[in-house]
Amino acid sequence: MPTAAAISISGLYKTYDNGFEALKSIDLEIRKGEIFALLGPNGAGKTTLIGTVCGLVQPSGGTILADGHNVITEFRAARYKIGLVPQELTTENFESVWATVSFSRGLFGRSPNPAYIEQLLKDLSLWDKKDNKLMTLSGGMKRRVLIAKALSHEPDILFLDEPTAGVDVELRRDMWQVVRRLKEKGVTVILTTHYIDEAEEMADRVGVINKGEIVLVEEKDELMRKLGRKQLLLQLQDKLEEIPDTLKERGLELASDGYELIFTYDAQAERTGIAGLLEDLNAAGIRFKDLKTAQSSLEEIFVNLVREQQ
Amino acid sequence: MNFHAIRAIYFYEMARTFRTLMQSVISPVISTALYFVVFGAAIGSRIEQVDGVSYGAFIVPGLMMLSLLTQSISNAAFGIYFPKFVGTIYEAMSAPVSYVELVIAYVGAAATKATALGLIILATATMFVDLEIQHPFVMLGFLVMTSITFSLVGFIIGIWADNFEKLQLVPLLIVTPLAFLGGSFYSISMLPPFWQTVTLFNPVVYLISGFRWAFYGVSDVPVIVSFGMTLVFLMAGLLIVRWIFKTGYRLKS
Repeated sequence: MPTAAAISISGLYKTYDNGFEALKSIDLEIRKGEIFALLGPNGAGKTTLIGTVCGLVQPSGGTILADGHNVITEFRAARYKIGLVPQELTTENFESVWATVSFSRGLFGRSPNPAYIEQLLKDLSLWDKKDNKLMTLSGGMKRRVLIAKALSHEPDILFLDEPTAGVDVELRRDMWQVVRRLKEKGVTVILTTHYIDEAEEMADRVGVINKGEIVLVEEKDELMRKLGRKQLLLQLQDKLEEIPDTLKERGLELASDGYELIFTYDAQAERTGIAGLLEDLNAAGIRFKDLKTAQSSLEEIFVNLVREQQ
Repeated sequence: MNFHAIRAIYFYEMARTFRTLMQSVISPVISTALYFVVFGAAIGSRIEQVDGVSYGAFIVPGLMMLSLLTQSISNAAFGIYFPKFVGTIYEAMSAPVSYVELVIAYVGAAATKATALGLIILATATMFVDLEIQHPFVMLGFLVMTSITFSLVGFIIGIWADNFEKLQLVPLLIVTPLAFLGGSFYSISMLPPFWQTVTLFNPVVYLISGFRWAFYGVSDVPVIVSFGMTLVFLMAGLLIVRWIFKTGYRLKS
């Protein structure tokens, strides 16, 4: 994959008329062809950030380039490249699926191409609903229609603002499938979410935004590796009132009313200390009936990051 | 120019008219027909000629103007207000469409509807009164220009309005009274001198007067003044729209 930027943001800030600083000096580069997940709590500035790129929010300062085109001075060239799936399910109730998707294609300056729209609707499992009025569709189907609209003009860059908010599990999996297929076609996908497992499942890179600032941008695997701590959970046979002195320096935690010992270690380290711990436990006469290891999820990493900032 | 976009929006808006045929076409035609029955036939038969024209025929230009003004405003206002209200405006805002193209498409569609409606009302009128149009091209010119100008006004109202009440406010509380008082049903020469002067501050007077001149060759103010005023309104509308899109007023946060 070439590393040229699909989206390049520098010094972007947005202050609303009431003085609220929604974005504070954002610098961000999104590579061509990657899936970039923008994580952040509610009100962190995710939607505002997308809005400034797509032309819905006027930036107070800074520059945004989409595929090298300034989104303000060369808005035509820039927006031609971009598709946006908004967070809210906003659809024209009385239009048919076919009509609304064809409308979007025209709006973005493309000549009609029924064959492309047909394929698009088939890919999104909307083909058998093509003549249905939008008001008759379920929420999940409407979400697909919005995706079809956003893809109708064959954009290179797709913004998905909370694509799976309020969507059932099955549809969520479908949605992930759709995004993966887009990536295979070379489309750059930027998705915002506050479901961390979504980012964990799909993203190549993860950016965390909090209170209008980008807190971190990292390869997902790297992030998991760097910040990911592993834990060894030991379920004890007998209740343990307190951790024996001989084990205190190992930093164990007692949980589940004394029936569980938690040992946190760095999975990347040369010596994890597990072998020594087990020997010591044996020596101290502590017996366990089961053990398992768990890796901290992106969710915990994220919660820690946001908390640190506060 | 993004012609595909203009086309898409224009035809979308026209399709909306056909979905709402009742409210967009049939109801204005019925209400105009009622005016003819009441003012033209019932009362008009007892009124002498005005400016050498039978009263029934005299009110035709004014009635057309009345419908034209209210319908172009409410059509255009609703056309842009509704996407704003349900949120689908995001798409037009994020599309490679300039404000000129948006205005051409939305205002063009609303003006097309208003012009068509004006002609339908004219056709309806011929069923009630004998009509002669002395300057048909001037009549068409005024019809189209007024449709465009007031569709533009409607477009601005649609952007400005942030609830349904405001959407109705201007057509009902300002435009309808101005049209009624602008000489739809009388010649302003029938008014006392003081009110004749006051009336000249009513912009609708110029529209109706010019339009009536195209029909019967008689007018309250010189036709060139009517033409000039219509042009002034059009320009004012364009300037406001330009400002709206430059600042993103009520469209972008």
